[in-house]
Amino acid sequence: MHEMSIAQSLVGIVQQEMAKHGVTRLVSVRVRHGALAAVVPHALEFAWQAVTQDTSLAGARLDMEEVPVRLRCSSCGQEFAPEECDRLMLIPCPSCGEDLGHEVLEGKELYIENLEAE
Amino acid sequence: MQIPVVRNILEANDRIAEELRKRFAVQHILVLNLISSPGSGKTSTLERTLTDLKDEFTMAVIEGDLTTDNDARRVAATGAQAVQINTDGACHLDSGMVLDALASIDTDGLDILFVENVGNLVCPAEFTVGEDAKVALLSVAEGDDKPEKYPLLFAEAHVMLLNKVDLLPYVDFDLDKATRHARALNKDIAVYPVSCRTREGLEAWYDWLRQAVAAKKAQMRPETGKED
Repeated sequence: MHEMSIAQSLVGIVQQEMAKHGVTRLVSVRVRHGALAAVVPHALEFAWQAVTQDTSLAGARLDMEEVPVRLRCSSCGQEFAPEECDRLMLIPCPSCGEDLGHEVLEGKELYIENLEAE
Repeated sequence: MQIPVVRNILEANDRIAEELRKRFAVQHILVLNLISSPGSGKTSTLERTLTDLKDEFTMAVIEGDLTTDNDARRVAATGAQAVQINTDGACHLDSGMVLDALASIDTDGLDILFVENVGNLVCPAEFTVGEDAKVALLSVAEGDDKPEKYPLLFAEAHVMLLNKVDLLPYVDFDLDKATRHARALNKDIAVYPVSCRTREGLEAWYDWLRQAVAAKKAQMRPETGKED
């Protein structure tokens, strides 16, 4: 349940950004999470509702978008996106077939992209 | 209005972790974040390590658990400094908790600081605590599919200790499969099959520790670029 910690951090950043831009009513916040980032959207949604309840952020929508995995082949350097992006195991490189130790270029990130506020 | 943000959600944790990392770099303390499921033998591994290497290194432990100070007491019995963090339900340690715990540790002359995380293969992998390396522990009784099921931890760890190998005759655990899957995620991961009960394989883990401590001591001070 580290989604609770994530939701608390999220609230902190949202409040800072809203103060910075002089807005008071949050409509929605957009989060992008890597497919490997061990974030369960349903659990984060639940945690978001729990931590914003009875605050000025209550009722704001949390939009989540998954960032697919992109890898760089450990052998030939080819960049590719595996078809099953929720796993990293033994994925052969489409150009040379190497299936060990690819570098993860995208898919581990967890960030706020933007927020909609008035 | 739409406000572009693009900020890492865990930036507060990462910022404190970076401060910790600088402090440990100045003091040349090797910091290891031990992560495993409950019952795989993190505390037993520490007890053995702290006892066997007590004449070589000065070591301290930060213990993370939901409740109780059982682990800190076990570890302190070896003579090492130990501080318990109770997370009161949180499933992982974060860098702020480690910063707070450090206030109770004398870090002068310390060679290794072990951070024993809360037993959990998922959440601790997301929260850095300023460590030099994550050490993933997996006991053979848990099954050889764990690297496949919990890829983030095994992709990030520098070391995988396969503990309780004395049980191999009694369980269906394929050492080659677990190793191959861990290497698929992380081709540089060091894999050491060990048993804290029989002491099998521990010397290889100790050699890794010796090399890591030596590498940390040889590192230049980050802010000056000069060696001490």
